[in-house]
Amino acid sequence: MANIPENLRYSKDHEWVSVNGDVVSIGITDYAQSSLGDVVYIDLPRVGDRFGTHEAFGSVESVKAVSEIFTPVAGEVVEVNDGLNDAPEKVNNDPYGDAWFIKVKMENPGEADAMLSAVEYEEYLSSQG
Amino acid sequence: MTETVLKKTPLNRLHRELGGKMVDFGGWDMPVQYTAGVIEEHMRTRTAAGLFDVSHMGEIWVEGNDAIRFVNSLTTNDVTKLSDRQAHYSALTNDNGGVVDDLLVYRFGPEKLLLVVNAGTTDKDWEWIASHKEDQDVVLTNASADYCQIAVQGPNAVAILQPLTDVNLDEIKYYWFTTGRVDGVESIISRTGYTGEDGFEVYAAPEFAEQLWNKFLDAGKYGGEHGILPAGLAARNTLRLESGMSLYGHELADDISPLEAGLGWITKPQKGDFIGRDAITELKEKGPKRKLVGFEMIDRGIARDGFDVYVNDKKVGYVTSGSPAPFLKKNIGLAFVPTEFANIGQEIKIDVRGKLLTAAVIETPFYRRKK
Repeated sequence: MANIPENLRYSKDHEWVSVNGDVVSIGITDYAQSSLGDVVYIDLPRVGDRFGTHEAFGSVESVKAVSEIFTPVAGEVVEVNDGLNDAPEKVNNDPYGDAWFIKVKMENPGEADAMLSAVEYEEYLSSQG
Repeated sequence: MTETVLKKTPLNRLHRELGGKMVDFGGWDMPVQYTAGVIEEHMRTRTAAGLFDVSHMGEIWVEGNDAIRFVNSLTTNDVTKLSDRQAHYSALTNDNGGVVDDLLVYRFGPEKLLLVVNAGTTDKDWEWIASHKEDQDVVLTNASADYCQIAVQGPNAVAILQPLTDVNLDEIKYYWFTTGRVDGVESIISRTGYTGEDGFEVYAAPEFAEQLWNKFLDAGKYGGEHGILPAGLAARNTLRLESGMSLYGHELADDISPLEAGLGWITKPQKGDFIGRDAITELKEKGPKRKLVGFEMIDRGIARDGFDVYVNDKKVGYVTSGSPAPFLKKNIGLAFVPTEFANIGQEIKIDVRGKLLTAAVIETPFYRRKK
């Protein structure tokens, strides 16, 4: 069963965000990392890049597959987790901790509130079979 | 929507118990990986041992006075060169010299050969082979359902298998085989594999599959830090790719000549006539226009199957297999390029989702085990 921390918000693309004022950290969920398998490469944007809601901001590659990652909220990238370049396995080992991808300053700070709660995300996962 | 019922090997239940992530592989319900994950399964096969269920492969018996002549007329390698209990790698070719399938040919005797073919092509191969029988003195048997096949691969393979059999494994050389008992079960023990490691492929009746599989796990100290690991299709693919081996449907296909795919060493037109020989001889004289090369990514990024290859801003070829190489820790692949660019050190560009990334042609196999 996938680990789904209660204090985070979730997207149907299996991203999570952690809200801190008008800045959110974005990563992928335990379910997403488990589906991908061993992560070996991550392509991330640069600080200052701007993304709309549900825009692809990078990609995660496992041995077998590549998967795009999307911004669940619109805004500007204010920090990038460069440490993942050298240790992509963190995405598998600790998807909610060290393995955040980027921090985004939200254009509409309320946008994260509209995302799924932990309970709603769990229901969504169950409904996907 | 039609519901397709996936075929199952006799080890299906155990794969699920071991946490195998099951996928549809050419109509077979197979584990792509287990709980350790593809990288660990790959590494353990290189450093200790990996256990693979390859029961989905097809087995076809060819028996009778004309057995050798018949198989020689269908395949590129020279069957007359095989001794009893010896096997070789070969290809079934069509009239155009393209590859119907790649296979192993085992010689049990002058009138008895076993062909081991790919799972996804077993039906196609069977029809192809049967359709060429004509009036030759051979009996063909599609025995695919009569065998499980389990591969024990890696430097510990002998140590794992030897205590389970009276057969002296040291006497079986690479690409030779014997028959004997493994844990009391009548088996074919073949020193072959698809990983680039030393190892064995054990064939037995399917009702003994679980017994043998569990014995191999126990003997290999599964669960221990340096113990054997069950390994899925994902590791099987990265292991064979690191070792520069072809996968049917990728490096080999009906419209690809073995000469283009670097299989000149199993293509023997001088042996006499076989299907596709004229086309192959002609191509050999002219020289193939394209060749399979190995490459290593120079830029950060992973080339995947089907990505386009560019030289001087012109699209010139495509990637047949591309992946991270877990043991070598670089991103590698195989690609078809025009012969003029098939030289070691040639710089190529690969279109990775819209970005042209630099790669270099390097020697294959990418990985070669230390003897």
